[in-house]
Amino acid sequence: MSGANDPYDPKQVAALSPEALEAAVDAAVTAFAAAGDLTELAAVRPAHLGDRAPVLLARRELGALPPAARSDAGKRVNAARVAVTEAHASRLAVLEAERDERVLAEERVDVTLPWDRAPRGARHPLTTLTDRIADVFVGMGYEVADGPELEAEWLNFDALNTGPDHPARSLADTFFVAPEDSGLVLRTHTSPVQARTMLERTPPIYVVAPGRVYRTDELDATHTPVFHQVEGLAVDRGLTMAHLRGTLDHLARSLFGADAQTRWRPHFFPFTEPSAEFDVWFPEHRDGPQWVEWGGCGMVNPRVLTACGIDPEVYTGFAFGMGIERALQFRSGVGDMHDIVEGDVRFTTAFGVDQ
Amino acid sequence: MRVPVSWLSEMVDLPAGITVEELDAAFIRLGLEVDAVHRPPVTTGPLVVGRVLEIEELTGFKKPIRYCQVDVGEDAPRGIVCGARNFAVGDLVVAALPGAVLPGDFAIAARTTYDHVSDGMICSVRELGIGEDHAGILVLGQDGYTPGTPAAGVLGLDDVVFDLEVTPDRGYAMSLRGIARDLAAALAVDWRDPAALTPPAWSGEPAWQVTVADPDRCDRFSMVALEGLDPTAPSPWAIRRRLAQCGVRSISLAVDVTNFVMLELGQPMHAFDRDRLTGPIEVRLARAGERLTTLDGVDRALTDDDLLIADGSGPIGLAGVMGGASTEIGDGTTSVLLEAAHWAPTGISRGVRRHKLPSEAAKRFERGTDPEVTVVALARAAALLAEHGGARVVGAPVDLDVRGPRPVIALDAARPGRIAGVAYPVSQVVDVLRAVGATVDADGAQLQVTPPSWRGDLTDPADLVEEVVRSVGLDEIPSVLPSAPPGRGLTERQRRRRSIGRALAEAGYVEAPSYPFLGTTVLDDLGIPAEDERRTLITLRNPLSEEAPALRTTLLPGLLGSLARNLARGQRDVALFEHGSVFPGGLTGTAPVPGVDARPDDATLAALLGAVPVQPWHVGVVLTGHREPRGWWGPGRPADWADAVQAARVVAAAAGVELTVRAGDLAPWHPGRCAELLVGEQVVGHAGELHPRVCAALELPARTCAMELDLDALPPAGVPVGPAISTFPPVRMDAALVVADGHPEALVRDALAAGAGELLEDVHLFDVYTGSSIPAGSRSLAYAFTFRAADRTLTTEEARAAFEAAVAAAASATGATLRA
Repeated sequence: MSGANDPYDPKQVAALSPEALEAAVDAAVTAFAAAGDLTELAAVRPAHLGDRAPVLLARRELGALPPAARSDAGKRVNAARVAVTEAHASRLAVLEAERDERVLAEERVDVTLPWDRAPRGARHPLTTLTDRIADVFVGMGYEVADGPELEAEWLNFDALNTGPDHPARSLADTFFVAPEDSGLVLRTHTSPVQARTMLERTPPIYVVAPGRVYRTDELDATHTPVFHQVEGLAVDRGLTMAHLRGTLDHLARSLFGADAQTRWRPHFFPFTEPSAEFDVWFPEHRDGPQWVEWGGCGMVNPRVLTACGIDPEVYTGFAFGMGIERALQFRSGVGDMHDIVEGDVRFTTAFGVDQ
Repeated sequence: MRVPVSWLSEMVDLPAGITVEELDAAFIRLGLEVDAVHRPPVTTGPLVVGRVLEIEELTGFKKPIRYCQVDVGEDAPRGIVCGARNFAVGDLVVAALPGAVLPGDFAIAARTTYDHVSDGMICSVRELGIGEDHAGILVLGQDGYTPGTPAAGVLGLDDVVFDLEVTPDRGYAMSLRGIARDLAAALAVDWRDPAALTPPAWSGEPAWQVTVADPDRCDRFSMVALEGLDPTAPSPWAIRRRLAQCGVRSISLAVDVTNFVMLELGQPMHAFDRDRLTGPIEVRLARAGERLTTLDGVDRALTDDDLLIADGSGPIGLAGVMGGASTEIGDGTTSVLLEAAHWAPTGISRGVRRHKLPSEAAKRFERGTDPEVTVVALARAAALLAEHGGARVVGAPVDLDVRGPRPVIALDAARPGRIAGVAYPVSQVVDVLRAVGATVDADGAQLQVTPPSWRGDLTDPADLVEEVVRSVGLDEIPSVLPSAPPGRGLTERQRRRRSIGRALAEAGYVEAPSYPFLGTTVLDDLGIPAEDERRTLITLRNPLSEEAPALRTTLLPGLLGSLARNLARGQRDVALFEHGSVFPGGLTGTAPVPGVDARPDDATLAALLGAVPVQPWHVGVVLTGHREPRGWWGPGRPADWADAVQAARVVAAAAGVELTVRAGDLAPWHPGRCAELLVGEQVVGHAGELHPRVCAALELPARTCAMELDLDALPPAGVPVGPAISTFPPVRMDAALVVADGHPEALVRDALAAGAGELLEDVHLFDVYTGSSIPAGSRSLAYAFTFRAADRTLTTEEARAAFEAAVAAAASATGATLRA
């Protein structure tokens, strides 16, 4: 070591000489480059970047230099250290990239393997279609009314202007509850909900009543003894058949597309007058665009309003009803009613959770 | 109702060139639904009327054969061989000449047969494709047609027959007369009413002694007597052809004529053999014990609601429904008593249903006939029987007519427009009602309307409104969307039903709604004990199947049936759900049937609504096979009891309620694998594995699982309260507790949670272990705890204290000890 005030010659401090630093950097670069993988690189790192590495030892010598010489030597040492660090970082990056490429390649999977680990469930299309229809009406401000499937005969028939001798009351169509005087039937249509609603509420009434109904038909390709209807009822001041048509047109467009429309044919129902059956123009029908019979409708018979305590001189009403099975059959191209009622999971699963 | 266009055109001036499609559209606009349009099969080539001039009987063949000379309008007759024998020299027949092709590609050529050249064929009805009769050839009669006339028009081969569905309110349309009137109005053309004839001025003694004891059900009863009828006289082809086109079988001249007049005028008639009547006729209700053998040969017990035609011998006819066998006209009848009456429709309906006799006559009387035409119809029939059967009317007709005045309906002429949403001028309303046949007195817009005699269905202003709207046309009604007042959307209950369906579907269950019928056999198979409330059944009087006469009290039979069907079709892993009404508890009373003239009084209404049993909404699942399927990821996992409990939890979560579970014991579940599902202290359902005997009885795979829950028993969800979320770090700790068997895990967990206090954020079971290191009769339950404070970072000591308190609570509740 030289004395403190002696003139300084940095070259005399061997570790700080440009040659020594250059040699240290070269040795580090060579060693890093020679490392074939991350393990080898980690193994050689301490020799060139550890506490005892030449560039770090050189840095300690700086303190021994006179202030005049320290700046110059310091820059030189720092440059060497940066060079070694960068050499290590770049080699590290290269080796990590190589490793990543190899590992990710090794971890590759066949993403086309079947994915259905969780069993798939579904709601029945009758349910989802019913909900969809109800939603259209809820969007118009209607409320959804419920009624019992096992119903009072009076509500199913008498209140709806279907007198005791009406053919619909014969044993041929209706399931009657024992004993004979029970006064109960399985409702043959959702129309008793009309009567219940009018008995419970006061106008204005705008309700839609979906539900299960019963008739004594044998199950075949187009009939089922247990089926579903949606009934609609509106009672208000000044309602007309034009409003009924507007409502059905709106429903048809909502379910069957913007080009759907309805057509009416005069018909007879005891509880509406005038009455009509309506067809819907269904452009997407699997057998080509065509008219499809869908339901019945009409203006609520004043006798029904009277039986339910609503003044027919003040209020008018319209009502309509249609079969959900039928709508499902033509909307989704279902040829055989058996498929709708038998609960085969292959059928229902095709419709998913929300159609 | 079958309507030949050619018959209509005899009454209606149909526009020239009107097409079948245009007629079809017109019928639909009238509300006469077209069920079918029948066209006769196609025949080409020469088909003509011929007259048989000579018959040579050929012998020596297997059957008698005739060689006939037939005048077909040519210079010389043609020789035709024929195997039929139901014709004579002079008869007019239909001959297909060589070159003709009959239906079924039956080509006619001259050919040698039975040693003679047959230069054509004499045709039967079946060969012509216009009916089934093949007993002999078609004989048109002896006159009325010129030989050589093309036969197509005579046979109706160029005709079209519409099959119309007539709604129950419009009896008048069950006749050519009624349809012709409507069609003429719809097409705005003239027509001739076939009932517009004046009966001859018959005089003399009344045809028979008659009294009507029940004028409420018979307000007009008419009869005419005929003698000298030739019982062998055949019905003319013109009548037989109409009957065939309308689907009515030809029987004899007298019967055919009554049917023909019924089709033409809508008035059913009955023909009695006058010589078989004894004593005066009485129209009355049946008496106790009376019986009647009707024309169909059935001996019927009568009730005191059956209206009869009776003579000195007792009942001889079920009024308006079917005649009796004892006075039936037959092969030897020469003296006939014709009856035409007007019966009250409701009584006829009851009779038809009681005796299951939906005759053509009853169909018309049920819907209402025109009381004005009874005598006209008799006159029309008498004229036809005179013309074709040589009969002559004797004496004066009977006509007991006690009809009241026709009702007058007051109608505001603006009312149809108010209902339809279309402004009909008063004059248009009046015109339409007059075209319908009504008499209208107009005082400004106030109309006094007397409906025509044939429209018994028109009783209310609403009926007249319908006539106006229908006649002007439904197509005139515009489309206007009404604005309903703001609604409240779905109710909580409706929302809940949707949510649970969606949640179960998302959880892998497939919805399978089933018919809600069951029988006791399936309840036996389910092992449901005699005193179980699910055995209190509501039964149907007329079930689809005697095996399933009752309404379901549980969803399981239907669900298990659907499960079995899927398995039978080759499925293995099936998880199904259903939600819907069940019908438990039996009947609670009799529902009254009040009148309909006004709203029932509150007490009656309450009794009525109260007699309708409560029908709770249940949800159920069944599952078998793998719950998680086998796949490339592993062997999968079989469905077990815990899946059924999990399904209940899915339902409860979707419904927003907290469900607790304890051991239960209820059929059809396995007594050791049945979970009772509770909300608070109320049992709302059960879940678990089915009893092995149930699986065996229903032939289901072992360990099939099921859940059923009463959705209506779940309390409302209430509005959820948002929890405070702590952002301080949690402390996690695990504990394995050794617990003696018999202590339900839920009890241990509840004790841990209660003991841990409010620092506990979560505790859950992550392992259950039994093995050599655990004392026999015990199991090790391993729990993971998460502790967290709302307002600070927990210290290890605080968490440790809470943890130890939890373990202590479990120890005191169940004797649990920390596993060493």
